[in-house]
Amino acid sequence: MKIWVPMDSAAKALGADEVVAAIHAEARARGLDVEIARNGTRGMIWLEPLVEVETDAGRVGYGPMTPGEVSAIFDGGSSLGLVEELDWMMRQTRLTFQRCGVIDPLSLVQYEAHGGLAGLRRAIDMSQDDLIDEVKLSGLRGRGGAGFPTGIKWDTVRLAHADRKYIVCNADEGDSGTFADRMIMEGDPFCLIEGMSIAGIGCGAVQGYVYLRSEYPDAIAVMRRAIELAREAGILGENVLGSGHAFDMEVRVGAGAYVCGEETSLLNSLEGKRGVVRAKPPLPALEGAFGKPTVVNNVISLATVPVIFEKGAEHYADFGLGRSKGTIPLQIAGNVARGGLFETAFGMPLGEIVNDLGGGTASGRPVKAVQVGGPLGAYLGTSQFDLPFGYEEFSGQDALIGHAGLVVFDDSADMLGMARFAMEFCAVESCGKCTPCRIGAVRGVETLDRIRAGDGAAVELLTDLCDTMESGSLCALGGFTPYPVMSALKLFPEEFGAVREAAE
Amino acid sequence: MRQHQPTHQPTADDIAGLIARHAGTEGPLLPILHDIQDAFDHVPQMALPLIAEALNLTVAEVHGVMSFYHDFRKAPAGRLVVKICRAEACQSMGANALSEAVLGKLGLDWGGTTRDGGVTVEPVYCLGLCACAPAAMVGEKLIGRASADRLEAAMEGAA
Ligand SMILES: Cc1cc2nc3c(=O)[nH]c(=O)nc-3n(C[C@H](O)[C@H](O)[C@H](O)COP(=O)(O)O)c2cc1C
Ligand code: FES
Repeated sequence: MKIWVPMDSAAKALGADEVVAAIHAEARARGLDVEIARNGTRGMIWLEPLVEVETDAGRVGYGPMTPGEVSAIFDGGSSLGLVEELDWMMRQTRLTFQRCGVIDPLSLVQYEAHGGLAGLRRAIDMSQDDLIDEVKLSGLRGRGGAGFPTGIKWDTVRLAHADRKYIVCNADEGDSGTFADRMIMEGDPFCLIEGMSIAGIGCGAVQGYVYLRSEYPDAIAVMRRAIELAREAGILGENVLGSGHAFDMEVRVGAGAYVCGEETSLLNSLEGKRGVVRAKPPLPALEGAFGKPTVVNNVISLATVPVIFEKGAEHYADFGLGRSKGTIPLQIAGNVARGGLFETAFGMPLGEIVNDLGGGTASGRPVKAVQVGGPLGAYLGTSQFDLPFGYEEFSGQDALIGHAGLVVFDDSADMLGMARFAMEFCAVESCGKCTPCRIGAVRGVETLDRIRAGDGAAVELLTDLCDTMESGSLCALGGFTPYPVMSALKLFPEEFGAVREAAE
Repeated sequence: MRQHQPTHQPTADDIAGLIARHAGTEGPLLPILHDIQDAFDHVPQMALPLIAEALNLTVAEVHGVMSFYHDFRKAPAGRLVVKICRAEACQSMGANALSEAVLGKLGLDWGGTTRDGGVTVEPVYCLGLCACAPAAMVGEKLIGRASADRLEAAMEGAA
């Protein structure tokens, strides 16, 4: 009997290791021989720990499992049915996450059996020109937030003249509501390695770094082990898969600074400096890590590259909406009945994501607002639930999709408090280089406290302050903190004293 | 990330040994600081001139880097470090009430350590467990859908 239990952090946080121990104990008591394999998560976090039993028909799911209920697995008790046939799975287009939750994350044999390395092999046979054209053709845009076309960034690095170039993977994933990077690094780490190798070959870079946040100890351990295994298998090293190209990589651990997710701050941190933001230009593509041309890409951008090469750029570009091509791993989080990761073509309306996929709030109370795109993203109200999930669609509403995390709030949310938190977070995390962000955020907290105390006139001050931060900050930390603040104010003016003022 | 207690006060030789591991690597300062903190639960003041000399930096530069990052401690934390997520997704599921309850019970503010040196409570901004919020970390154990009771049980289990 073969049983799968995820080793993903979220599954562990919900008791997966205790479930494994209970399954062993139960099997021993029954005198049965079981093999327990560990996979990543399928992304249905509300069903974790999701135990899967291999049968002739496929893998049958049991979840959320508790140590006290493991006997059901052996008795064929109430199962969820075949995992692949669950509504949540059937409705997805799993491209980037095709293997996540399916395979043992550290088995190269299983990785290859499920399509792994096909993309790299194809890329190796291409010229650098054709390789980068393929990325351009796919329409892939950066999944870290800014949405910059990945192929164009790679081309800039390829064309730059230098004795050394770098591929840097941004695995700082600091946005609340996001966990796609963590999930793929823990659940399918070879996919990221393959994507970075393709980037290295395309741009002529021989060294890669994964800048990975210290808050993700499991992801760090899995990535490091996967890199060792890839090196042993000749996927990394002097001669990548016998191609004549050299590419190697290593994990560098962050140190708890949100701003180090900003690419220039990240590069300073990687070099061993304070993580302050650099002025652009020069672009990192021309003067990046250690002053050399550098690709900085998000984990999901890079982990999507293998499937683009495996299935072809056109296959990928056929999904999506307008200039938002391909698929996006939505991360549905916060106060939501069914939280998790759902990969789908761009274009799904916000309300469908929250109500249909997410099942509304976990508390059962009405949805009040959804913050999309992390701490720098706007709050959206239920009146905006028709908005299709896409880069331009969101920016048209003074919102952003960011790294595609959605945090749902029920009607008990204190929106002035959330606006205050946005400013407080910016003040704590500011790198200190520019004044609008460093000082503005502190003033923002004070101003919101005045509004809380009943000073209606402070609302205008807050608006001015947000204007200054937005136009005068060096990077999007100070520049976008006004988004959550102003959207909360616009959606719920009464919570900022507007009603009281009118009544006076 | 480690939670066991260091066995002794760091000596200059210990620090030199940890620095030497990174000879020849690009941008070695953060890896060195991490290694020292992993071994001794903090980065002692006496390490800074040693690092500075090895990397051809000034002590002020090393100090500047160390103090920029939330992770690095000047003094050891309590025997058990509890991190409670304060970010938005966790707030939407009651993280504020949770942290108030835990801090109140222990009589601590953020970053504080109980008098017996047993527990330090620190804020963290997202553990990537936002779909099973609120989230916390007790020692090395991650906890999703955390409650004050579950955290307390985990703290007792770890003690
Ligand atoms: C304050 C701040 C934090 C950021 N954090 C991240 C992050 O954690 N991960 C990420 O990929 N990009 C982050 N970004 C965006 C990066 O600066 C950059 O645009 C991205 O890494 C480029 O990769 P992509 O083109 O693949 O998206 C952040 C930006 C800012 C301003
Ligand atoms: S916001 Fe708390 S784990 Fe992400």
